[in-house]
Amino acid sequence: MADLSVDLCGIRIDNPVIPASGTFGYGMEFAKLYDINILGTFSFKGTTWEPRFGNPAPRIAECPDGMLNAVGLQNPGVHHVIKHELPELKEVFHKPVMANVSGFSVEEYVRTCELLTAEEQVGWIELNISCPNVHGGGMSFGTDPKAAAGVVAAVRKAVTKPLIVKLTPNVTDIVAIAKACEDAGADGLSLINTLLGMRMDLKTGKPLLANTTGGLSGPAVFPVAVRMVYQVARAVGIPVVGLGGVSTAEDVLEMQLAGAAAVEVGTANLVDPFACKKIIEALPEVYRRYGYRTFSEAE
Amino acid sequence: MKQSIFTITENKRIAPDVYSMRLCGDTSAVTAPGQFVNIRLDGLFLRRPISVCDCVDGELRLVYKVVGHGTEQMSRMRAGQTLDVLTGLGNGYDISSAGDAPLLVGGGVGTPPLLLLAKCLRAQGKKVRAVLGFNTAREIILKDDLEALGCEVSIATMDGSAGTKGFVTDALPAEASYIFACGPEPMLRAVYRATACPAQFSFEERMGCGFGACMGCSCRTVTGYKRICTDGPVLRREEILWQI
Repeated sequence: MADLSVDLCGIRIDNPVIPASGTFGYGMEFAKLYDINILGTFSFKGTTWEPRFGNPAPRIAECPDGMLNAVGLQNPGVHHVIKHELPELKEVFHKPVMANVSGFSVEEYVRTCELLTAEEQVGWIELNISCPNVHGGGMSFGTDPKAAAGVVAAVRKAVTKPLIVKLTPNVTDIVAIAKACEDAGADGLSLINTLLGMRMDLKTGKPLLANTTGGLSGPAVFPVAVRMVYQVARAVGIPVVGLGGVSTAEDVLEMQLAGAAAVEVGTANLVDPFACKKIIEALPEVYRRYGYRTFSEAE
Repeated sequence: MKQSIFTITENKRIAPDVYSMRLCGDTSAVTAPGQFVNIRLDGLFLRRPISVCDCVDGELRLVYKVVGHGTEQMSRMRAGQTLDVLTGLGNGYDISSAGDAPLLVGGGVGTPPLLLLAKCLRAQGKKVRAVLGFNTAREIILKDDLEALGCEVSIATMDGSAGTKGFVTDALPAEASYIFACGPEPMLRAVYRATACPAQFSFEERMGCGFGACMGCSCRTVTGYKRICTDGPVLRREEILWQI
């Protein structure tokens, strides 16, 4: 049996496959379908200080080989997550979980992260400075190196767990943002979040999404993600988690060859709820086929 | 919820743009009338949610209208072809509180899930009435199926070519003790406003996953945010907050 385990910012995980935030809820929907302890870990739904309903419907639009979403960070708020979702998760998931955090000000990011870093179940904080579907927060931190460095430095001081910063592809130079986050104290980076897009409804002549724009994800964005992971992994000295359209074990290996230390799987979970399980099961054979014995060997 | 492969045994046109597809496979996850399935189709990224019209051990019946690429592709499929289907999605109707003589109200292709519902209610010995609304007589579907179950069916058509001329609300009986409704949102809202008895309404929304993971189909209700795909599609009258 191949050793699939990898190190992610000082924590050993059994395999590199990590369901991405926003496609896996707080784990419970999937725990009903399969034993989610087979996962390396998973990144839970982007959590904010206050509960959020998110954007009006329709929030979803189909695209060739992908989809647009404009959910807008719907979540029950960090206090509810600590009181309800995490204890529920503890019953079915016995590994450290990645806590995905979003916010609308540096202070809000810090407060939310302070609460989550204190939770024993939380292994990593994944700082989402890349949500394209909210205004006045999210992506506005991730598109400017100074703003990114500011929030990363502030959160770094407040948390004891490894800090992974999730980057947006909606920038001219992702390497500059990545380096700014590394310099500000990030322990790792994850990329890419969704690409800003939109569709028009031919019948109504109006945008398909109530929010007008949304984030493109799915296999359509995979080559963009591979390119950015490749560029960033060569420019920084911290681990890079690759994501964006990963749907198969071959995609995982491809991300890893581009420089990813671990790989998140997002939209694939929505069209095939067993996607991550299938990827993990297929990975040893894919490694064998291409002559890799372990994940680290491919780095 | 289950993911399994179903084999099409029949796929025929029953009204303009409306098809009835029968499939065999593992139906064990279907636990209530009013649930839906989510179908993967070649070349289309997202699955297509379709309500369950009927379900007997090992056989599913879906009645769907061609409204886009997905349903158009389904309409061209033939017996023997297979489909990857997620079954047992959604809460479905709760028939435990239906009373002795429930009224079913359906609009257009909102009618199909009422068939399995009627079957379940009839199996409990209830007297079931149904009021169905269509644009025109040619578009009437499932009337015979409902009558075969022993339901008393009234029809409303917009052009008056069959039954009462007008909306489904123009054909509602004077009194009803319990209502189950499924149809386009304007129809649901009209039924909600025209009646006051306890009722359950089945809603539609664009979905990403269909099983509660993506938050793509959330709506606001009196009791908080609900996902149409898992907390719905059926909401009780007292839960509903109409959005404008």
